[in-house]
Amino acid sequence: MTIKSMLVLFSIAAMPGTVFAAQPVVHVKPANLHGPRPLQDETATAVVRDYLESWQSLTAAMRQNRAALLDRDFIGTAKDKLADTIHQQAALGIHTRYQDRSHNIQIIFYSPDGLSIQLVDNVEYDEGVVDQQKVLTTQHTHTRYTVVMTPAETRWRVRIFQAQSE
Amino acid sequence: MQLGQAAEFPAGSLYNAGHYLAILVAGSYTDKGWFDVVPASKPANLSFLARPSRLSIGLHNGISGTLYIFDVYHNLILKPTPVSFKLSIPSAAVQQHTVTSNQGEATTEMDSGTKEGFAKFEAQVDGISSTRVVEQVPGSPCGLKMTATPAGDKIQLQTNPVRDCSGNAVPDGTIVTFTENYNGTQSTADVPLKHGVAQVELPAHPGATLTVASGVALGNEIHWQR
Repeated sequence: MTIKSMLVLFSIAAMPGTVFAAQPVVHVKPANLHGPRPLQDETATAVVRDYLESWQSLTAAMRQNRAALLDRDFIGTAKDKLADTIHQQAALGIHTRYQDRSHNIQIIFYSPDGLSIQLVDNVEYDEGVVDQQKVLTTQHTHTRYTVVMTPAETRWRVRIFQAQSE
Repeated sequence: MQLGQAAEFPAGSLYNAGHYLAILVAGSYTDKGWFDVVPASKPANLSFLARPSRLSIGLHNGISGTLYIFDVYHNLILKPTPVSFKLSIPSAAVQQHTVTSNQGEATTEMDSGTKEGFAKFEAQVDGISSTRVVEQVPGSPCGLKMTATPAGDKIQLQTNPVRDCSGNAVPDGTIVTFTENYNGTQSTADVPLKHGVAQVELPAHPGATLTVASGVALGNEIHWQR
């Protein structure tokens, strides 16, 4: 008997609307910076806002298997790796649906030159893997993300996006 | 896959660190399992950002360096790792800081030195390194001094060679401002340094007061009596 195996990079969450409309609960801990540069409230707010929006882009991209949807919010290694995952999904004929339930975010580093911000996010999310129109599995997961964001023209973009077990 | 056989991923086939979900599908039956792929422990790629690329000498914590440490597959190595930062310039003492990375990142600040020139700013981790060049330029003029000599119906004003407080020559093109105050009127001349000095001719008025300045540095004052 042949068994079809699939491997899905487990990440992401947060749906822009459509099927999964619920908004995640977001908790932002006070920054715990080990660098010398102080972080202004406005900067922290913008970073968290753009990071949460990046989940929406990611969710849409993973659901539609469209790597171009990453362009607004991701750059560099993070974008390349996620795009690879999407291409692999497409090759397998699957897509993934994510719904983030909660984010627990803490900014841990702001570089002295102001050109990168690092945060960690303990995320709870639901994931559904869909093969054609058939839902193969749904799962509720806790994952810890290490994220590095860098400023672009009008927003902060995710440059490093790396998951590990919480 | 065949039933009864172990499922294996060959070394190197999974290279993105992350939390993975594996799904087995057999007809209408599915099963799943989780596993983590973690970064390799040995650094292989460094992302080193040094700022600024050009600055004045003698600035405390004027140079910053931020380093992100990656494995060969560009996964961020999260485990604490010792990082050595070194700032060196010929004929000056080397500054060295050793820090331990936190969540894949390490940062430091260095003072710019007292000698102008191109400094090498190097970050080194576990046998690999990344180097940036930081140009250190002379600081503001220091001890600015001019002399005055008669030149017909004018006064020839000329600075001594302009140097910063560490004795480095201030670069040509730096603006020096000469001012003459006489009988309630003021005349000024902005002159760029050329060959290390600035010079100008101003009308010779007996009783005039002549001053010189560059940036925030104020030089000597001359009372012209001839």
